[in-house]
Amino acid sequence: MRLTGFFIFAASVALLPVLFPNNYFVTVVGIAAGLHVILAVGLNLLMGYAGQISLGHAAFFGMGAYASAILTTRFDWPGLLAMLAGLLVAGTIAWLLARPILRLRGHYLAMATLGFGIIIHVIMVQATHWTGGPDGLGEIPPLNLLGWTVDDDQQWYGVIAAAMLLSIWLSLNMIDSRIGRALRAVRGSEFAAQMMGIDATRAKTQIFVVSALFAAFAGSLFAHQQAFVSPDSFSLIISVELVTMVVLGGMASTFGAACGAIALTLLYEGLMVFEDYEMLIHGALLMAVMIFLPQGLFVGLSQGIRRGWTLIASRQDVQDARKAIQS
Amino acid sequence: MLEQIFQFLVTGITVGSIYALVGLGFALIYNASDVVNFAQGEFVMLGAMSAIALLAAGLPLPLAAIAATLLTALVGLLLERFAIEPAKGASVITTIIITIGAAIFLRGVASLLWGKNSLPLPAFSGNEPIQLGGATLLPQSLWVLGGTVVLVALIHAFLNRTLLGKALLACSVNRAAAQLVGINVQIMLRLAYGLSAGLGAVAGILVAPITFSSYEAGIMLGLKGFSAAIVGGIGNPMGAVAGGLLLGVLEALGAGLVSSGYKDAIAFMFVLMVLFFEPTGLFGHKVAERV
Repeated sequence: MRLTGFFIFAASVALLPVLFPNNYFVTVVGIAAGLHVILAVGLNLLMGYAGQISLGHAAFFGMGAYASAILTTRFDWPGLLAMLAGLLVAGTIAWLLARPILRLRGHYLAMATLGFGIIIHVIMVQATHWTGGPDGLGEIPPLNLLGWTVDDDQQWYGVIAAAMLLSIWLSLNMIDSRIGRALRAVRGSEFAAQMMGIDATRAKTQIFVVSALFAAFAGSLFAHQQAFVSPDSFSLIISVELVTMVVLGGMASTFGAACGAIALTLLYEGLMVFEDYEMLIHGALLMAVMIFLPQGLFVGLSQGIRRGWTLIASRQDVQDARKAIQS
Repeated sequence: MLEQIFQFLVTGITVGSIYALVGLGFALIYNASDVVNFAQGEFVMLGAMSAIALLAAGLPLPLAAIAATLLTALVGLLLERFAIEPAKGASVITTIIITIGAAIFLRGVASLLWGKNSLPLPAFSGNEPIQLGGATLLPQSLWVLGGTVVLVALIHAFLNRTLLGKALLACSVNRAAAQLVGINVQIMLRLAYGLSAGLGAVAGILVAPITFSSYEAGIMLGLKGFSAAIVGGIGNPMGAVAGGLLLGVLEALGAGLVSSGYKDAIAFMFVLMVLFFEPTGLFGHKVAERV
């Protein structure tokens, strides 16, 4: 069945807090990993399926977070409404930006998205009156979901796990929809896709907006969960980390992106022990994975396993054939 | 007001010179290997930091500068040999991530070796400001400007006058054809990385007395250099130089007349505008896209 992988994943996510109640790695790290999964899955739609790189995705993540933070603290908006506003802002900006920016390719696109990310980051630091500047914005009220207030780590784990599963499910469905097929055609050859009657610009624009919405959604959740936002969480480094997650897991695979996000979150957690060596190991690992497993960990490994399996199976066939001949 | 603008121009051209050198390094590597090297800014940082360290170890300044440049060039060679060569034929996204990984790695090495503080390099010839028609100029700015002019002229002559330089250019035009006429493309690639790293190091050493240097000083410089290369038309070395100067001047004017906090935003806004309306760069050749 198409969604088997999804149900297995969902079951293990649900089982974790039952097996390890109040475990730091489940609640605290798990929440971070869940947010990263939403971001990576959204970015993967753009990178993996549409074949467009974005080195400024943290900007959309930040828009969602700051929209929630500013509207709930300064204007007393309810959390859900603020979240919707954040989605609207990020979606609109992505839509306006999509046409000029997605005409660019390769390095030009990398530069343009990177520049966009830096511009938004500078605004977060400089527009002190609204954003609180480099010190950030605190005392964001807990998220209120139709009367139910999410306030402890266990509850947050549940909310974020649900949001994460929702985004994986959406992504899986989108890939198998008309727009997903159109995107894969565009990625193969934009020219050929257009000859088949696919509006490539429109398909790319749509997926850019969707991917920005995923990021803004994660941003809103992040703001409420942390109760504090500052520009550091949305810098260029974060954009690079998001790209790394997608590439590390393996592009053009929803579960690849999710695995990449989880793996990298755990890695950062582990590297904290090495403090001084963190950057060194991080950089070396990035290079090593890209050189030796350019399709990414998840896709590369699963292909390796499949290849190994067919090899074993074919050997078995040969042996069976030999036996048949001998007898 | 006019004097003020003159002052901004002077500052802008000084900063722009550094962007120009970094951009030139980008263009050299891009030409030779089609790779945009996101570790270019780290070369600048490595040059400055190792010069500072060697000076502290007792070497005289000129010797420290030369040794730091050679050391950084060696790092460039190693990067090509051990990170770019093994990934030959990889996609654009893959090579971008590899060089980003290299940048993070080099930053990590630098922070381990030299700590996380900003360190100064003494000015080459004192700190007595020079008055120039209402604007003040640090003697080091003259070093930056002079150094840039000399380096750009040298690179230009190297690419157009020497056999080795022409061979390098040939690789950028068509690698297979270059191979066929007997050019060792592999060696040329290493040469481009070494040269580009050395160039970055010199830029870093020239500007370190003005801006200081730290393990993360390379990030913004690298991005601005990349912007310079893009504004100039990415495969065009002299375009990158012009792009760098333009970017530096614009940034200084923006910082002075609009807001210093927004200067990076102004610079990148300009880059975005160039990309949207003139994606092949202001000084680039128009290229037809192949299907």
